[in-house]
Amino acid sequence: MTSLDNLLLWFDLHNLQERYVSVLDNDQLEAWPDLFTKDGHYEIVPKENADADLPIGLIYCNSQSMMRDRILSTREANLYEPQTYRHMVSGLVITPIDKTTARMQSSYLVFRTNQEGDTAIYQAGKYEDLVVSTPDGWRYQSKRVIYDTLRVATLLAIPV
Amino acid sequence: MGHHDLSQTEIKASPLDIHFPDSDGSRIPYEVFSSQAVYEREQERIYRGSTWSFVALEAEIPHPGDFKSTYIGDTPVVVTRTPDGSLAAWVNRCSHRGAKLCVLPRGNATSHACLYHQWNFDSQGNLTGVPFRRGQKDMAGMPPEFDMKAHGLKKLRVDSYRGLIFASFSDTVATLPEYLGTEMRPWIDRIMHKPIVYLGCTRQYVNANWKLYFENVKDPYHASLLHLFHTTFNIMRVGMKARSIPDATHGLHSIITATRIEDDTSGAEYKAQDIRSMNEGFHLEDDSVLGYVYEFEEATTNHIQSIFPQLVLQQIHNSLVARQLLPKAPDKFELIFHFFGYADDTPELRELRIKQANLVGPAGYISMEDGYATELVQRGTLRESKSCSVLDMGLGKPDQQDTLITEGLIRRFWSEYQTLMAL
Ligand code: FES
Ligand SMILES: [Fe+2]
Repeated sequence: MTSLDNLLLWFDLHNLQERYVSVLDNDQLEAWPDLFTKDGHYEIVPKENADADLPIGLIYCNSQSMMRDRILSTREANLYEPQTYRHMVSGLVITPIDKTTARMQSSYLVFRTNQEGDTAIYQAGKYEDLVVSTPDGWRYQSKRVIYDTLRVATLLAIPV
Repeated sequence: MGHHDLSQTEIKASPLDIHFPDSDGSRIPYEVFSSQAVYEREQERIYRGSTWSFVALEAEIPHPGDFKSTYIGDTPVVVTRTPDGSLAAWVNRCSHRGAKLCVLPRGNATSHACLYHQWNFDSQGNLTGVPFRRGQKDMAGMPPEFDMKAHGLKKLRVDSYRGLIFASFSDTVATLPEYLGTEMRPWIDRIMHKPIVYLGCTRQYVNANWKLYFENVKDPYHASLLHLFHTTFNIMRVGMKARSIPDATHGLHSIITATRIEDDTSGAEYKAQDIRSMNEGFHLEDDSVLGYVYEFEEATTNHIQSIFPQLVLQQIHNSLVARQLLPKAPDKFELIFHFFGYADDTPELRELRIKQANLVGPAGYISMEDGYATELVQRGTLRESKSCSVLDMGLGKPDQQDTLITEGLIRRFWSEYQTLMAL
């Protein structure tokens, strides 16, 4: 790859990540599944399980349909205190596999603000992504969220 | 009367002057959820008293030397698999000067050395080494009469029932099978009937008293009202075949089950009563999360079994979990969901169990509200310590067990709690 290719790839993937953060932080949850491929995977697992190679996590979706179901449940079925996330993402490393696939890794920190207006650090962790180039642009084939903050404060209602 | 006398009078007054207006467990003064004095007494009389506390699955520590750090109440303890394959548990406090001995959450080691001065212990908790015990050159070391045997770690009674490990501070508590009792054992047998595999845990930290969660798992009344996932996507109705059974000896343990009845007509009843639960028009695009593979004699969709004081054994569809409930402060508890499957799971069934982890835990479709609900009680009752909760549902038929519309299990719990706590 030329350095221009690299620059374009970085630009595209950085863009995907920024959109990902933006939909979650700005209550556009319905747009969240669209950032994945149809058969995309999303999971959020505690670091202790990831380190021990154990599969269990908080959310596990193995299709875009399951992701839409999760959002529908968040909107219509589940009860929780209204809240806002703010993601801080850093340390993005991109490892191209071929022209249309790449791995991405980055660190994240999520601040959660509750109804009273109190803001707390909700979760620290990292993203491990497999991304693919599709006719609609780059999409997540899989996103594995590995969180360090093992004890989830009260509940997790919105994907991280 | 001087100021001095006044303060003396205050000191003499019992710090636990808590009044339960009824002895049937139907009126609970809210101060039991926020009082530091109650919390302290619980640690001594319940967790460090005549009870067995769930500490681990055997499947978490299958190999000799495996260990896990955990808690009984808020006392840090370690449970180990010793070199001969037996189980041991000890308080995680070095017998020298009190440092927390084992600092790792899990691991494998046949000896445990304290960080501070390198005193060394075996898996059973015996003291096996003291550096410079005999001194060095002209430096004296430990006195010659120092007895290594007398300075082991504080050992706990430990036993396992069907792969569930319990430990106790008490020398006089009944044997574990007796403690579990004749009503509860068959229900544990039902879930733990063949070898299991540990699949990992998730943890939840809630700003509420632990007993609010214990009430919650004895409260079938809330299931279809608080957890709207059930009804939004049409999973379960009150009209299922139901059981709510307390332990007959003391009523501290209980089992709630729900089994689907095929021609269910209770939807109409919901509509008639105009309960918010009945939502039409929502459906899951991928309802495999609600799959159900028949693997038990009775096809229960829900099995929620609380074993006092810190275990809830759960089967929801094909999701199998041992929840450990740990008090952290009067207004804080931690909940640890230990997920498992069976050793002989097909790959498809294992995948289904992993998928159904979506239903339970801190982000569970049908459980995320529980922690929130207990927090709402904690907040609502903060300055209302002398007021009482009202637990009258099903009071007219106290012996009815084929119901989900009851607070009977909670009442049984509170009656025995008062005895245990000498309140
Ligand atoms: S405190 Fe453990 S060796 Fe000194
Ligand atoms: Fe619940």
